[in-house]
Amino acid sequence: MSAVRLLVGTRKGAFVLSADGKRNEWKIDGPFFAGWEIYHMKGSPADPDRLYASQSSGWFGQLIQRSDDGGKTWEPMDNRFLYDGQAGTHTWYDGTPHPWEFARVWHLEPSRTDPDLVYAGVEDAALFRTRDGAKSWEELPALRKHPSGPSWQPGAGGLCLHTILLDPRDPERMYVAISAAGAFRSDDAGGSWRPINRGLKSNAIPHEEAEVGHCVHRIAMHPSAPDVLYMQKHWDVMRTTNGGESWTEVSGNLPTDFGFPIDVHTHEPQTIYVVPIKSDSEHFPPDGKLRVYRSRTGGDQWEALSNGLPQEHCYVNVLRDAMAVDALDSCGVYFGTTGGQVYASADAGDHWTAIVRDLPAVLSVEVQTLA
Amino acid sequence: MIRVVLPAHLRTLARVDGEVSLEVGDEVTQRTVLDALESRFPMLRGTMRDHVTQRRRPYVRFFACEEDLSNERPDAPLPPAVAGGIEPFLVVGAMAGG
Repeated sequence: MSAVRLLVGTRKGAFVLSADGKRNEWKIDGPFFAGWEIYHMKGSPADPDRLYASQSSGWFGQLIQRSDDGGKTWEPMDNRFLYDGQAGTHTWYDGTPHPWEFARVWHLEPSRTDPDLVYAGVEDAALFRTRDGAKSWEELPALRKHPSGPSWQPGAGGLCLHTILLDPRDPERMYVAISAAGAFRSDDAGGSWRPINRGLKSNAIPHEEAEVGHCVHRIAMHPSAPDVLYMQKHWDVMRTTNGGESWTEVSGNLPTDFGFPIDVHTHEPQTIYVVPIKSDSEHFPPDGKLRVYRSRTGGDQWEALSNGLPQEHCYVNVLRDAMAVDALDSCGVYFGTTGGQVYASADAGDHWTAIVRDLPAVLSVEVQTLA
Repeated sequence: MIRVVLPAHLRTLARVDGEVSLEVGDEVTQRTVLDALESRFPMLRGTMRDHVTQRRRPYVRFFACEEDLSNERPDAPLPPAVAGGIEPFLVVGAMAGG
């Protein structure tokens, strides 16, 4: 009997939501790490019982937790995220040089094949790696030391590295995204990087097609087509079919192309999901109606999915790491809101139900499909 | 023995209830007490002091004998009542957040 396990990170703790393959009845465990911000939790594809969590607080800093039993028990691991060598400076909001300062881990990306290998995207933007199951962390400094690094400026949420994509076909190739620097690609396992932002246009920066400086919110990949990437940018939904060499806008008929998450259907590499948000200054759905938009054509043509979602007086947001898809035959889609709801669809978005309604603000949602 | 009181979140992290008693050498200072605390509970490293600079985190405070010792030098002797185990050394999460 198959099952799914949702890993939900919130402003005030972590929750584990589990169900059998029908996904009708859910068991809700938590809060774990009550009172702490859980920016992200993710399980190892190579060992589903191995989970990692990023736990942080403004008082007591960053912790990394690891579970070896599917989230029943946790152990604090190494929390030293030390920049390699002289940290140097990036550009502050006011345009002045500002020292690189570690704030928190935004995203944890376990290897597809090795449960002890995990990448961590942090604020201020840098990429770290552990090869011993989080007993120690080392920076992959070539990214931060890219010649454009001193010009990187934080977005409203900080200078955060929030997206890490590992190419399943080529272990040397990886992608990251940074707000507000843009997208970068490495073809040598993080040894060197180059910006991949050609085709992006951002009218909030002086040169709207600059090589770096774009506020990329999220990138998604389907493992069967790793050269095709989908991006939700600050404004605009974008697609590349050549590993980021060039991007094309695919916002099409979306009511607004501002938003945070983007994800890809497990069995249909051209079916993608976004949650349009009214604007950069009004972080809630247009008209107070919470609607997921689905495109079955890799963008451009979009349909609203609203069955089971609130269609009046809804003013929540869905953050960039708060959407996930499972791998069951009928693809499950999940997302969490800043209002504390976690919504699930067991039929690829046609119908939605709230698994839980009153959690703290949801920061991240990941799903594991269990045998 | 030096008595240390941790805030609730750090007690949970260290898996202790109530006060912690520590053996500290002849010099009883913030630094020696925190070194002994982190040595016994390695998971607390980085939660009270920065890993590199060893400076107190901004929203952590150190109190003892009804005094705020947060801005004392790390190597300044703590009050005799703390060194003698009569009064605890308090690690406090600052009031912040409204």
